[in-house]
Amino acid sequence: MSLKTERMILNMGPQHPATHGVLRLEVEVEGELVIRVKPHIGYLHRCFEKHAEAMMYNQVVPYTDRLDYLAAMYNNWGYALAVEKLCGIQVPERVEYIRVIMGELQRIASHTVAVGTYGLDIGAFTPFLYLFRDREKILTLFEMTCGARMLYNYIWVGGLSHDIHPDFVRMTKEFCSYFKPIVEEVNNLLSFNKIFIERTANIGVLPAETAINFGCTGPVLRGSGLAYDLRKDDTYSIYNKFDFNVITGTGMMGTVGDCWDRYYVRVLEMLESIKIIEQAIDQIPDGDVQSAVPKRIKPPKGTVYTRVENPRGELGYFIISDGNTNPFRVKVRPPSFVHLEVMDALCRGHLIADVMAILGSIDIVLGEVDR
Amino acid sequence: MKNREEIFEILKTQFPDAVLGIDSSLPTEVIILIDPFKIKEVSLYLRDTEELNFDVLMLLSGVDDANGEKVKDEEGCDLIKGGTLSVYYHLDSINLKHKVTLKVSVPREKPEVESVYYVWRTSDWHEREAYDMIGIIFLNHPTFERILMPYDWEGYPLRKDYKNPEFYQGMKIAY
Repeated sequence: MSLKTERMILNMGPQHPATHGVLRLEVEVEGELVIRVKPHIGYLHRCFEKHAEAMMYNQVVPYTDRLDYLAAMYNNWGYALAVEKLCGIQVPERVEYIRVIMGELQRIASHTVAVGTYGLDIGAFTPFLYLFRDREKILTLFEMTCGARMLYNYIWVGGLSHDIHPDFVRMTKEFCSYFKPIVEEVNNLLSFNKIFIERTANIGVLPAETAINFGCTGPVLRGSGLAYDLRKDDTYSIYNKFDFNVITGTGMMGTVGDCWDRYYVRVLEMLESIKIIEQAIDQIPDGDVQSAVPKRIKPPKGTVYTRVENPRGELGYFIISDGNTNPFRVKVRPPSFVHLEVMDALCRGHLIADVMAILGSIDIVLGEVDR
Repeated sequence: MKNREEIFEILKTQFPDAVLGIDSSLPTEVIILIDPFKIKEVSLYLRDTEELNFDVLMLLSGVDDANGEKVKDEEGCDLIKGGTLSVYYHLDSINLKHKVTLKVSVPREKPEVESVYYVWRTSDWHEREAYDMIGIIFLNHPTFERILMPYDWEGYPLRKDYKNPEFYQGMKIAY
């Protein structure tokens, strides 16, 4: 007797707890094996780029918050950098320092969510709660500074919306010394947990050449073993003043470029961010954070493409100016959008249960995929 | 590491027909103009030549230049006739750390560009997005369909003369 086999289309989403948003995956399976994955996106599409064309340059900043809502500071910063380059605005030293500190705090906050929810996808519930408790401390720092916990509208073109609170420096230092042992704890709870390693090591291996051809950046590319970080390789702001390491995947638990490597790059990057904050926090110079904020932004005709190292990868803004107060065209290069393309290549030949492990390891935010 | 003028000279000698010119009138970025049907050849050369080695396509963006003639249709809405749509390619080299920007302009009535899907795999979704938003058609792209808007959506939202539809699948759209 022979068993009848045929390919089946399995639908995941749009409402699925492990998709971190509204994403539909069309998975073609043969038994338990994945033959093909086709992501369907656009459920959160609100045409940010069309909105931006109708706004003045400074009015676009709150919209950028809502792209990658887990790293809103960085989205503000990327946009501000692009417009500053277009207009030739030089921001004060104090602003640069505060931006770096906020950006790195945001990177830690974003990575805690990435690491925590990744554990949740795999079935480890505890690390998620621990990390959300600590993310709360960062959000408190942000709330103290600008009043918002999630969508800040903090980094403006030419400056910042508020100066830091008098207690900010002390509390940030306290946070840094508090957070370092937490990473150790996460490693004991999750990273070196036998079950977690079995689920993630040797799964979804992404070779470096494939990653480059797919345009992957950030932890996904570094997980494949290539030390490429825009903070060092195409430096912006004042990152060249600080000493930190670029973390890469080493294949410690399996193959270089597997899910575990991508996950572990994020864990170690949190420590590097702490290092940068500790160097920057004592050197903040005095000054006015709004002295370079222009009253009316009217850049000359031109185009500009700037990129920053967002927690997820290369976040780029391409702005075309026609000499008016509104941008002619704003185009975002969201890292998650580019990373989601690689899903199909990573999932082929794996089991259905591995699809979630792979999706969690590339850490997407649907708000920025769909814009 | 080469600057953009040097890259332009190399391309100009290699592809006298395909490279149409260099636009350095804008102060912020130097843009090399390429023929829409030769872009794949030029891209392959840029990627595979050792001294250039552009292995990353950072961004591919479609732009409505809105440089045509503005006319009114029968309902009195603005419409653009003629002019061009453009595609910008921002390239980067990880090893050599240099960048270049290419630009392709196509007529608004027949916006067809050669796809670079087989040169940089990342251009797959970028090209679909440029089609979805601006309506630029990429030839020889294997899975060419809309990406962000629903598959049965009509019109291209990021065109400057886009008119919001009143109905979608028989439902009135509220704004």
